[in-house]
Amino acid sequence: MNAPMPFSGSPWGRLRRELFATPADGVLSLALIAVITTLVASLLRWGFTQANWAVVQLNSTLFAVGRYPVSQQWRLWLLVSLLASATGITWGLLRAFPRPDRGGELWPNNDRIAVVLLALVALWTPWALGLTAAIALRWLAITGALIALRWLAGRFGPALGRERAGWLAVVWPVLYLLGMVLISGGLGIAPVPSAEWGGLLLTLLEASFAILLCFPLGVLLALGRRSELPLLRWGSVIYIEFIRGAPLITLLFLGQNILGFLLPGGLAPERVWRAAWVLTFFAAAYLAEAVRSGLSAIPKGQLEAARALGLSTLQALQHVVLPQALRVALPVMVSQFISLLQDTTLLSMIGLMELLGTARTVMANPDFLGHYGEVYLTLGVLFWCCCAALGLGSRALERRLDPRHQPDGAG
Amino acid sequence: MVTPWWRDRRVVPWLVQGVVGLLVLLLIAFLLGNLVRNLTAAGLLLSWRWLGQPAGFDIGESLLPFNAELPYWRGLLAGLGNTLRAVISGLIGATVLGTLAGMANFSSNGLLRRLVRLYVEVVRNIPLLLQLVFWYFVVFLSLPNGTAALQLPGVVLAKSGLYLGDPQLVNGVWQAPLRLTVEFSALLTGLVVYSGAYIAEVVRGGIASVPRGQWEAASSLGLGWWASLRHVVLPQALRVIVPGLNTQYISLAKNSSLAVAVGYADLYAVAETTLNQTGRAVEVVILLLGAYLVLDLLISAVMNGLNQLVQIRER
Repeated sequence: MNAPMPFSGSPWGRLRRELFATPADGVLSLALIAVITTLVASLLRWGFTQANWAVVQLNSTLFAVGRYPVSQQWRLWLLVSLLASATGITWGLLRAFPRPDRGGELWPNNDRIAVVLLALVALWTPWALGLTAAIALRWLAITGALIALRWLAGRFGPALGRERAGWLAVVWPVLYLLGMVLISGGLGIAPVPSAEWGGLLLTLLEASFAILLCFPLGVLLALGRRSELPLLRWGSVIYIEFIRGAPLITLLFLGQNILGFLLPGGLAPERVWRAAWVLTFFAAAYLAEAVRSGLSAIPKGQLEAARALGLSTLQALQHVVLPQALRVALPVMVSQFISLLQDTTLLSMIGLMELLGTARTVMANPDFLGHYGEVYLTLGVLFWCCCAALGLGSRALERRLDPRHQPDGAG
Repeated sequence: MVTPWWRDRRVVPWLVQGVVGLLVLLLIAFLLGNLVRNLTAAGLLLSWRWLGQPAGFDIGESLLPFNAELPYWRGLLAGLGNTLRAVISGLIGATVLGTLAGMANFSSNGLLRRLVRLYVEVVRNIPLLLQLVFWYFVVFLSLPNGTAALQLPGVVLAKSGLYLGDPQLVNGVWQAPLRLTVEFSALLTGLVVYSGAYIAEVVRGGIASVPRGQWEAASSLGLGWWASLRHVVLPQALRVIVPGLNTQYISLAKNSSLAVAVGYADLYAVAETTLNQTGRAVEVVILLLGAYLVLDLLISAVMNGLNQLVQIRER
């Protein structure tokens, strides 16, 4: 095994060592280079000459929000603006108040790269999608606001004081509930039936709903599975193993076809919400296993020490065991969330119009028949970016929560 | 001070369990009560007699003989056969691809190592269903037919299917001893590529868990890269790899249920058609869940047996 050497020597020397260390390596490298060049060249040729991207450009609204009524789309713009503002402020304040034990720059290199990337995406996407000037301007304004608030919060955040900045933690749940109201209507604004939600909007709604709700459920199930009380333990084991033994599509099938029979007439939720609940219950079983692996990494002495200090079992779990267990389980939990986001594509198979379902209806349109490559490639890139970003975020969070650099060992 | 009985440490656990058990029982009774009431109202009370009625639909391809006059249970059995066929060939393909890709992580060739990382990162961040429809609609359905088909010695890949074993062109149509439909080929490709990436990570983790000294010792005995891997490192890595493979195999078996998206008549696809025709939702779901549970348990049992084989036996 020739492990990769650290960066040393001239670029030419490195290239030689990496690609042409032995004659066999040389032949392999040349073959691989030939194959890669051919593939990339034919992909580029297809993308620039044969592909007809109009199918994506003309349907961009459909892919974004489905059949959400045009007259009500201002609500979604408002929601996106609010989310962008909250993101900018949170981001700025996180940098303005670095962890006390670890100095932090206000503008680390990663943030500079992120801002440049955001600006590029905001400039390039409207052009690539052929959006009208009015909509392109809105996207530019929203991105501009995000970056400006990031700068303002970083600049003037310290003047607020830690206490007041802490209120931001409340803003996000409130914003989520407000978002639900804005999307579905009620409280004085016109209702939009859930059958009209679609595209990226529905994908993100289902994924975020399931991620938020499966978390408490999963933690309870994990605690139940490790409980000393036989009834709780066996109940949790049966639930977790049953769910994990079944393919998600059969559970969604169950939700669509049987949930109506299990509840009194008329009480069964609409199809979109049935699917959301099935996703939640499905994800909870997997999350429970992730949390359980975290719990088993915490020595029993932690609970015993906390009990000896006079904490009740519940308090000990809440303040001592769970914070450590969740930190250990974080990478696995995030990868579960990533697969949950990917699993939302299965909703297209029970007739919901999330991204893939929208793609199917678009391609059933005679005008766009046969443009599978363009649409699926676009969706693939979109999903890849979302999932890769979640993965990056998870690694950043891991570093932030890593206790090894804490001098006083406070959790 | 006398502790009240509801805070007695001998009573509390039973109190908690009693309350939780009662709530769960009430919930189950509520759901079952509704189920029975609603099913009675719809005239669909649990019955298995419909399984013997003629199905009235046909299956595109099937290992077990099936046609529209045969009863539903034969259709479901044919679907199960198709599922098993996809799962078993998928397991073999994904294991080969995953093992090769996992080993390639330790190649001396930097380009190959980076290519494998790219493969894993691309495949793991794109939904399987999207990959499956991509393989089917974009790759397999855009293949040419007839003389323009992709031809390799002994293999022909055309829009009409994958032909193995000396294919011949007869009147513009390929003929061969073994023909795989495009639906099956697309499903198999999708499953193998997807699970292969996950298995590659399992294999990489296993090989990385073997101490570096083992490589060095093997190479000082005069063994080359391949011989060191084959005779020294892999046998030790297997102990770590096999439990990880178990998880991946089970998820491959469950993922095969997405076959319906590419038009392959697996168990789920047949069950869906059956439900649409009979309206027997509860029975169909019970059969589906039961079949997949048994399949998972079977894979687990085989892998546990394998696991015992590869563990270190101490004298």
